[in-house]
Amino acid sequence: MARLADIASKIRSKNAGPFALTIDIFCGDSDSYNAICNALSTSRVASLYQTAETGIKRYELSDLKVLKFSMPRPNIQGSLADRDMHASGWAWLLAELDVNI
Amino acid sequence: MTRILIPNGAIGLGFDEAALWRGVDMQPDAICVDGGSTDSGPHYLGTGTSKYSRASTMAEWRILMQARAKLGVPLIVGTAGTCGTDSTVDWMFRITCDLATELGQSVKIARLYSSQNAEWLADRLDHISPLWPEMPVTREILSGCNNIVALAGAEHISAALQTGADIIIAGRTTDTATIAALPLLNGDHAGGAWHGAKIGECGALCSTNPTSGVIVIEFDDQGFTVQPMAEGAICTPQSVAAHMLYENADPDILSEPGGHLDVTAATYNQLDPRAVRVTGSNWAPSDRYTVKLEGARCAGYQSCSLVLLREQRYVENASKWVDRLATFLHGEIRSRMGLTADDYDLSFRLIGQNATLGALETNTATPAEIGVLAIITAQEQATANEIAKLCNPFLLHYPLSDDEPQATFAFPFSPAEWDKGAVHEFCLNHTLTLKNPMDAFRLQVDEVTHG
Repeated sequence: MARLADIASKIRSKNAGPFALTIDIFCGDSDSYNAICNALSTSRVASLYQTAETGIKRYELSDLKVLKFSMPRPNIQGSLADRDMHASGWAWLLAELDVNI
Repeated sequence: MTRILIPNGAIGLGFDEAALWRGVDMQPDAICVDGGSTDSGPHYLGTGTSKYSRASTMAEWRILMQARAKLGVPLIVGTAGTCGTDSTVDWMFRITCDLATELGQSVKIARLYSSQNAEWLADRLDHISPLWPEMPVTREILSGCNNIVALAGAEHISAALQTGADIIIAGRTTDTATIAALPLLNGDHAGGAWHGAKIGECGALCSTNPTSGVIVIEFDDQGFTVQPMAEGAICTPQSVAAHMLYENADPDILSEPGGHLDVTAATYNQLDPRAVRVTGSNWAPSDRYTVKLEGARCAGYQSCSLVLLREQRYVENASKWVDRLATFLHGEIRSRMGLTADDYDLSFRLIGQNATLGALETNTATPAEIGVLAIITAQEQATANEIAKLCNPFLLHYPLSDDEPQATFAFPFSPAEWDKGAVHEFCLNHTLTLKNPMDAFRLQVDEVTHG
């Protein structure tokens, strides 16, 4: 087991417009990329963010060694229930996730 | 070939001035910069104001106006004043006029207005389509917006360029349109024009030194070449390709008015130690010409209060304390003020525990202290402020249990509560189909003579 942040070179999250957010996991090298793609299922991500798996778009970008997830924002940016105007904090849940690598 | 100088991702963020003048020495054909987007939140569109200070905007725009005067090429700002309403376009116009006076410059200024009339839109509901995730649109929703803007595309910037303007101050524009317009007018590769514009829209964020700001992109009939201007900064295939992912839900597709960019087949190559060459990007025109709409409306008025828990027992039981306090306060607010649950919203954020992520937080470490931010929203500012005042003595002294000595917590301010004013929310996520791209936009050209 390892924390995802200890394997990936950078993990970031950000708004993709006011209604969606996107998370980029820069894996660094091919070994890390393959290991992270295998260890991190979309259902695990859905469970981490307490959202429907069907609403998550998963992109495996082997050239860039990036695993990317996009999903609807749980609360529209800036609405009363929103806690993070730029959706920057979502990355840290994944960064601190223990994965079987 | 078209060479575009981009000073940074938005006016107000700052840039490396030496790098800017190095970019000017490369004799660019235009200087393009962004003024903002929705990314800063709904307040700016809701109020039609700029997030960035006038002082920062002037300091950077002064240098860009001097660079433009030296080069004799167009200077273009898109989404002027963060949100790109007519009011922020005029705000930027006044700054430009003041600077023209100060610098003794005579300039032709084109203003492109993107604000939309709610009634005009309501008469065209059959031309408005929802984007994902879907939200309703009705005449009432449109008329309830404080401001509505449409995102201009390359066609609108091209129309402004064709007026012969020295300076173009555009209202809400797509992030890419200001950069893509001139390469497209010059007949450069369309896929390369849009792809390069996306890579360059945040300036040096596509390089190894993001805060330096300044980049130059050369567009040609095959693709584009991008390089940063700061000393020591470089672009790599990784740093350039990674920017296609930034703030973009789909890493390969970018929708624009009149079509979409597809970078699935694009290749990124290190041309020299600083520059990256990109080819193989594809532009797919659409059957209809659509522009995206953005709208914001008032969702009430807020007052806030912040109290700090330092006593370890309260820090360890902060959630329990807040739950008990909230139940008590709801009772007091309703009985003392005669309000119902629909009249107000009271929420707490536990700063130090889970203020960013709420129920999703997985880190359960106990901090040294917790800031409890109380957020009150009501339909009138006076009501929100009155609720905050009602809450105050209980935020100061409320105990974890009934039978214990009086507790007292730390307030950083007096008065303990502050009024945040109107709070706004985004309420449109739609496209508008236009017969002619200029149908929903207006151009105003002025000659400003000084010196």
